[in-house]
Amino acid sequence: MSSVSVFFQHLTNGLTLGGIYALIALGYTMVYGILKFINFAHGDILMVGAYVGMFAFNFLRGDATFGVWTIVAFFLAMIISAAFAAFLGMFIEKVAYKPLRKAARLAPLLSAIGVSFILSNGAAWLWGTQSRKLDYPFANNPINLWGITVTPHQFLILGVSIVMMISLKLFVDKTKLGKAMRATSLDQDTSQLMGINVNMVISLTFAIGSALAAVGGMLIALDYKCYPTLGTMTGLKAFVAAVVGGIGNISGAMLGGILLGILETFGVAMLGIPQGYKDTIAFVILIFVLLLKPEGILGKVEKEKV
Amino acid sequence: MSSLLLTVLIFTAIYSLMAIGQNLITGYGGMLSLCQAGFYAIGAYTTAILSTTYGMNFWMTLPFAVIITAAFGFLIGMPTLRLRGDYLAIATLGFGEIVRNILTNWVSLTNGPMGIRKIPKISIFGYQIGQSNKLVFLVLIWVFVLFAYLLMRHLARSRMGRALAAIREDEIAANSMGINPTKYKVCAFMLGASVAGVAGSFYVAYMGSVMPSTFTFMISVMVLCMVVLGGMGNFAATILGALIIELIDYLPRLLGITNLIPAQFKQVIFGLILVIMMILRPQGILGREKFNYFKKGKTMGGDNNAVRN
Repeated sequence: MSSVSVFFQHLTNGLTLGGIYALIALGYTMVYGILKFINFAHGDILMVGAYVGMFAFNFLRGDATFGVWTIVAFFLAMIISAAFAAFLGMFIEKVAYKPLRKAARLAPLLSAIGVSFILSNGAAWLWGTQSRKLDYPFANNPINLWGITVTPHQFLILGVSIVMMISLKLFVDKTKLGKAMRATSLDQDTSQLMGINVNMVISLTFAIGSALAAVGGMLIALDYKCYPTLGTMTGLKAFVAAVVGGIGNISGAMLGGILLGILETFGVAMLGIPQGYKDTIAFVILIFVLLLKPEGILGKVEKEKV
Repeated sequence: MSSLLLTVLIFTAIYSLMAIGQNLITGYGGMLSLCQAGFYAIGAYTTAILSTTYGMNFWMTLPFAVIITAAFGFLIGMPTLRLRGDYLAIATLGFGEIVRNILTNWVSLTNGPMGIRKIPKISIFGYQIGQSNKLVFLVLIWVFVLFAYLLMRHLARSRMGRALAAIREDEIAANSMGINPTKYKVCAFMLGASVAGVAGSFYVAYMGSVMPSTFTFMISVMVLCMVVLGGMGNFAATILGALIIELIDYLPRLLGITNLIPAQFKQVIFGLILVIMMILRPQGILGREKFNYFKKGKTMGGDNNAVRN
């Protein structure tokens, strides 16, 4: 392979990984935008979403071999998993975060860590710690495009994440509910006075974020299988992506996710960082971004006032 | 006393050390750090490597463990402590993961995932203290807990403690009163780290072996749970928190019902404790309400002034 096609090969792999990070980062950034707190349990919602998707897919598919039905079943499973995660996210918000909305910042953060523990260990309890495979909906035979090897699975991930991101962007920018979300993130009290149902908007934010996480979870489980701590590292990296892009900023989360995916892939493949240190790359990037431009690439600077 | 109960009390002491450090950082300093497990690991590996490769005895490795963890505390604290609350939590969490990652992958130094074995026991005048005589070990480590407790309580009541409290309540106001926030925050961070390093040293001397997979994020969260459960900013309450969490941790084994209760159950309980405590009694069992981080007014959303705190 020429060095150009090697470059594009890694770029494709990086984009695929980055697409997943971006989907998950969106949930962090949306919740942060509105409530100004890190939803530590987001990664675990992703994991639950992956499990639910896997169960739904296995149930719907039955014994069918690869074909139209397996693809339909996969997308149906994705919808079921997203819906389940949306309700789970709303439920968690109601039970664990809403009572703390007027409390100081540390309280909801700790509560979220608690929820994260309940979810990941509850999953290990219910479903066991051994990892379970989520099958591909179609044969994963690599395709050769201009010297770059692309698997159909990568098309699936890229396709789903691009569609999701564009629809979210349109939803937030163009619809009335999206406008309400933006208003709530600017100023909750004023939004309430303007007749926006702030509680509903917050629930909606959690629902959308969790649904996106569940979709991301299913996509990542295609490569990494389902296991109870699936969400921990993935969630952390997606959070890093959200911070790198500028937390609270939806385009920033997408940019940060894709950037992180590419940097991770290139770091291992081209800069010779050993595979074992792959997980470290994200955190090193995080610490550098926080030091050099703490508001992130697209974030806005908030003036500190007494 | 039964051997298992002694084990519980020994681990209570090890965790108390870490929690005392966490309390200085989080309870007094108001900084949400999530890397006590990282410092614990650094202390543990310092003692493990120095005593196996370089043949030092435990008491010689202990000062190294303190100095090295404090140095790492400085290294990570200097840049990250400028970050506000939740960013700091993530940066420190990242640091903890990096430590574990390096310990797993730097095989020539740490023997990788296999870990280090045959770490010598603590010896006092040739008398070996380890798992075979738990009672002596118990007394020894609790002496250290008491020492750390007295030291930290003294510090918290000194100029440094007052400065930390001022910074926690309002960093800008404190700064304009002539308090150097970075200096005190980094100091607290280094002290908190080095106590966790000592806990790590005792841990390896007790266990006789060490593996990187021990030092997960779970440990940092448990330590934080102890501080929150006991009551922020109260060192005695922190030790009470450590005792309660360790008792919950070992409860199935103490009652002899490990086959009835799966290992994950207790972690689900920790999660529930955190959530329920936050909702019903955020100041902890023995906590006082005067602390800012749980006072109303500094809300999660809406008010941009609160965002930076």
